[in-house]
Amino acid sequence: MTSLPSGPAVSGGSGPAVLPPPDGPLLEATDLAVSFSLGSALIARMRHEERILHAVDGVDLTIPRGEALALVGESGSGKSTLARALAGLQRTDRGKIQLDGKVLPARRSHTDQRKIQMVFQDPYSSLNPRMTVGGMLHELLRVHHIVPGNEVESYTRELLGLVGLGEEAVHAYPRQFSGGQRQRVAIARALALRPELLVADEPVSALDVSVQATILNLLQDLRAELGLTLLLISHNLAVVRHLCDQVAVMYLGRIIEVAPTETLFANARHPYTRGLLAAIPRMTFATEGDAPAVQGDPPSPLRIPTGCRFRTRCPIAQSICEQEDPALTASGSDPSHRAACHFAFTAVPPPRPPQPAEAVNAAEAGDEGVRP
Amino acid sequence: MNGGDSVSQPLLQVDDLHVEIASRRGIVRAVDGVSLEVPAGEAVGLVGESGSGKSMTLRAILGLLPPEARVTAGKVLLDGADLAHLDNRQLNQIRGPKIAMIFQEPMSALNPVMRVGSQIAEGPLVHLGMNRRQAAERALELMRRVGIPDPERRYRSFPHEFSGGMRQRVMIAIALSCEPSLILCDEPTTALDVTIQDQILRLLARLCRESGTSLVFVTHDLPVVAQVCHQLAVMYAGEIVERGTVEEVLTRPCHPYTLGLLRSAPDVDHPRSSLAAIPGSPPSLVSPPAGCRFHPRCKFAEEDCTVTDPPLRLIDAGHATACLHYERCLDELRTEGADR
Repeated sequence: MTSLPSGPAVSGGSGPAVLPPPDGPLLEATDLAVSFSLGSALIARMRHEERILHAVDGVDLTIPRGEALALVGESGSGKSTLARALAGLQRTDRGKIQLDGKVLPARRSHTDQRKIQMVFQDPYSSLNPRMTVGGMLHELLRVHHIVPGNEVESYTRELLGLVGLGEEAVHAYPRQFSGGQRQRVAIARALALRPELLVADEPVSALDVSVQATILNLLQDLRAELGLTLLLISHNLAVVRHLCDQVAVMYLGRIIEVAPTETLFANARHPYTRGLLAAIPRMTFATEGDAPAVQGDPPSPLRIPTGCRFRTRCPIAQSICEQEDPALTASGSDPSHRAACHFAFTAVPPPRPPQPAEAVNAAEAGDEGVRP
Repeated sequence: MNGGDSVSQPLLQVDDLHVEIASRRGIVRAVDGVSLEVPAGEAVGLVGESGSGKSMTLRAILGLLPPEARVTAGKVLLDGADLAHLDNRQLNQIRGPKIAMIFQEPMSALNPVMRVGSQIAEGPLVHLGMNRRQAAERALELMRRVGIPDPERRYRSFPHEFSGGMRQRVMIAIALSCEPSLILCDEPTTALDVTIQDQILRLLARLCRESGTSLVFVTHDLPVVAQVCHQLAVMYAGEIVERGTVEEVLTRPCHPYTLGLLRSAPDVDHPRSSLAAIPGSPPSLVSPPAGCRFHPRCKFAEEDCTVTDPPLRLIDAGHATACLHYERCLDELRTEGADR
């Protein structure tokens, strides 16, 4: 099984296998921003205040063809919103998204929609409970004219085989499957349209540990077999390291570090990334005593700090961090490694001693500052 | 590692506990003969997948089972008293001052219309005989101890004004408020981000170390157990299949299910080319398979595994397994070690 049926009878040969591999990245997003306005606009105007949540705040992202890119970050960092914007499920404020060098319009055509498909976190709520698996796949294939009518059945079976489900799945309803199997159905549904980019939003977080492995292995096999380009959203860095070639770390709506996976794990340059890596629970025994890897809570996206967004929790913050918002800049020695920190690729200044003026910040950071 | 001398009487002793749930498909044996000892000052991890009975075991200890579930056999001994046969009024004397609980979702465990400070002060007010002023003082002190910034101002906040991590700190403050000897934790960090999880785990470990409180820590996440616990029990299909010190069980797993759990999760520090998933899915607890419950998914299963239900037996000091062929696990670890 090396490819999806390339469908010789399909008009124009829309399968990814037949496309001539153009140069350049598969997907390129520039200065993408998504915001949500909270509450009533009228009341906000009367109070002279704007309650606008900048979920994604100027993101540049490039996904090379055939690669797997991971988007990691805490909840509220905007990673899911970014993914939904890329998949065309979320209106954007500004910025452009290019697929294969072609700018995607705000209202996407059927063909454009087909090219980016999503797998969601919760397979219990993302599948129609009143349709059989065969029914939902048939509908998709007919609406999008993926294969000629007489091949729909055989292609459906092939798809199910691809994700490791037997033929009996065709007539089954989602409720008859376990969580892992449902996620396989969701993946089959996404692959049915022969997408060029598969966006998987926390695809294994809702599953048990022993089942997670089967889905991760499946995604890995599909990448190898179909040459699929993958955008994986995850908070689990172990999963990310296992599956992805590149990692982008998000914090409060911005990408603050991007690097090839091994570079990032070996030599993270942004203090937040370093904290995130240090916070992963490991099989080493007992954590006696040490201070937490990252202090405090992330600030509310409604009150984004001035200058560098991470400075309120940053162990090495200086006065420049308060004034200047650091841009995502590349390392001098390795252009594939970019970080948005004033001290990312220079000598890191020593942690400053807490000053009385910052007592509020220190208290905000919480925990170790307070001893019984 | 801390904790009292191990020869002394355990603080909590769960003995052959059975919990059954009535369902439309029949009787679900959610917990089927679980025995567990929690020594004073130690943290015991209870690990398993969803449906393994770990949460039911925890809830049975405090009499917090859902209405359709009941304890059909077994004892829960705390300081010699059997909790399994107490009524609600008697249990209320235990809940709080003797045993406290921390839940996974603090938002649904906290009272949404009561100020955070009053919720923390409630325990001392009811159980420790404090007056309002004293209880409020105590609440403020606890808020400081669990690292809630600016406690005087936050005292009058409501739970919805707190972040997830701060809510969990409130839960911990409530749990500590009557100085219980045991705290039960039901996946306390599963709903939190990894940086917040790290803060909460360190906080819990430090507070328990300082006050000598014992912990029972239910989770599905083995690395989390490694961070906090001394002892570890692995549950599968309502039974404990392996038990021992955390270090022993995680480095020398002697049950194929434990081995499978360790092999199926990706490791951040040692990426592997592919993950070894455990085939199949957990059995139905209405009619579990005969013999060893894990045998249909076990790669080491033999003829005898389908017949004999293996009891949990000691193989080393403090290390027990319910596998007839546990040597196979050790063999596999050895060959793997040689390959590396």
